[in-house]
Amino acid sequence: MSLEWVITILTNNWPMFLRGAGMTLLISIIGTLIGAAIGLIIGIVNTIPMPERGVKRLFQKTINFLLSAYVEFFRGTPMIVQAMVIFYGSAMAFGIDMDVFTAAIFIVSINTGAYMAEIVRGGIISVDKGQFEAAQAIGMNHFQTMMNVVMPQVVRNILPATGNQFVINIKDTAVLNVIGVTELFFQTKSVSGNNFRYFESFFIACVLYFVMTFTITLLLRKLERKMAGPSNYSMIGGLPMQVVTPEDTEHKIKE
Amino acid sequence: MEKVIEIQHLSKSFGTNEVLKDIDFSVSKGEVVCVIGSSGSGKSTLLRCVNLLEKPSGGKIIYNGKNILDAHHNIHSYRTKLGMVFQQFNLFNNHNVLNNCVVGQIKVLKRKRQDAEKTAKKFLHVVGMDQYVNAKPEQLSGGQKQRVAIARALSMEPEVMLFDEPTSALDPEMVGEVLKVMKDLAKSGLTMLIVTHEMEFAKEVADRVVFMDKGVIVEEGPPEQIFNHPKKERTQEFLKRTLR
Repeated sequence: MSLEWVITILTNNWPMFLRGAGMTLLISIIGTLIGAAIGLIIGIVNTIPMPERGVKRLFQKTINFLLSAYVEFFRGTPMIVQAMVIFYGSAMAFGIDMDVFTAAIFIVSINTGAYMAEIVRGGIISVDKGQFEAAQAIGMNHFQTMMNVVMPQVVRNILPATGNQFVINIKDTAVLNVIGVTELFFQTKSVSGNNFRYFESFFIACVLYFVMTFTITLLLRKLERKMAGPSNYSMIGGLPMQVVTPEDTEHKIKE
Repeated sequence: MEKVIEIQHLSKSFGTNEVLKDIDFSVSKGEVVCVIGSSGSGKSTLLRCVNLLEKPSGGKIIYNGKNILDAHHNIHSYRTKLGMVFQQFNLFNNHNVLNNCVVGQIKVLKRKRQDAEKTAKKFLHVVGMDQYVNAKPEQLSGGQKQRVAIARALSMEPEVMLFDEPTSALDPEMVGEVLKVMKDLAKSGLTMLIVTHEMEFAKEVADRVVFMDKGVIVEEGPPEQIFNHPKKERTQEFLKRTLR
């Protein structure tokens, strides 16, 4: 490999690489966030207890069917094909002229959403049944139980898997070059098309991808540690174990 | 005495397995009732039916003169009147000790945070855990967790406290601290329904002991009667095995 070429390509084309990397990062950040939101919503909807009969039951069954159809379809087809179908299909079938950037965000979000729905489902299953019961026993309804007790634990549990999905998204946005999104792969292709130095150009792209994914990995580790909270706690005054007599208790309860 | 909860002809089946058969039973205000019996006799299921964690298959649960199993009864507000303590503690893992006792008050009873914290601290003091307000459940021992769980239930200021084998998951040396808290509560006049394997505790604390076997109530009466002069053969057998 010729280091001189790498340097030459960089000095001549660094704004293009930078813009490409920026676009890749932007699409994958927004896509992962929206996808995670979709996943969480689907996760909550799927846990709503099924009414035993009536119109409500039918309604809920239909919703659940549509949601699982969505998940299975987008998990079961390649994103590169989805990109083609959605971008060209929306123009042909519905006459919607999506701009490339919107299409890119849409495709990545909806794809991530399908995977995240499964990740969230796993996260909810991993929360101990006792947590649900304890919340219900103090009178919380389903929504309160999910928001105050279950989901905060789910979010913590699925953070590693979400980070994984984020890294996958950074790499997989490369397929969006088929619809002309000016992300890193697309830009590198343009650069190498001008200078015919494929190896050196893509070597640079390779390094840039790795820097992005590894930075994200490190940042998420940090976030995980932060969410775990401090491993120590401080005691608030008094003796280690209060020695109470029955009279004390009686007195305190009546207070 | 005024009855707080009255259960009539309650039955519960899991599939074809009939766990509770035609149970009639009530708890009066200020009474401490201990339910004893061997594993699988249905005592935990009975307790879980009382606060509807298990849906009874038949019968009535009368609270304040109303059958709460009627279709349109609000079970969430009914549950706030019952404080539940679980065998496995089930503290909310995502909240510290104080918030475990506060979150229900704020979200369910719609109390102001300031008032909720005051109430929570009062009951954490009762169970001797008021210095641990900042600790996470995972940082506590089993006995400490169970005492926080008791404070969490008390913070909702329920009319009846339900205890589902509260010491069964504890190391022997931690059983004492939890039983002590429960004894103190019993003496303070709280209405309590306790499923337990601690016979000595039941003997000392209960106003009434209920012995269950195979899904039916075999015998009930004051502890002196049940433990010293059981009438039914099945009760005698059970006590002979457990009270050695």
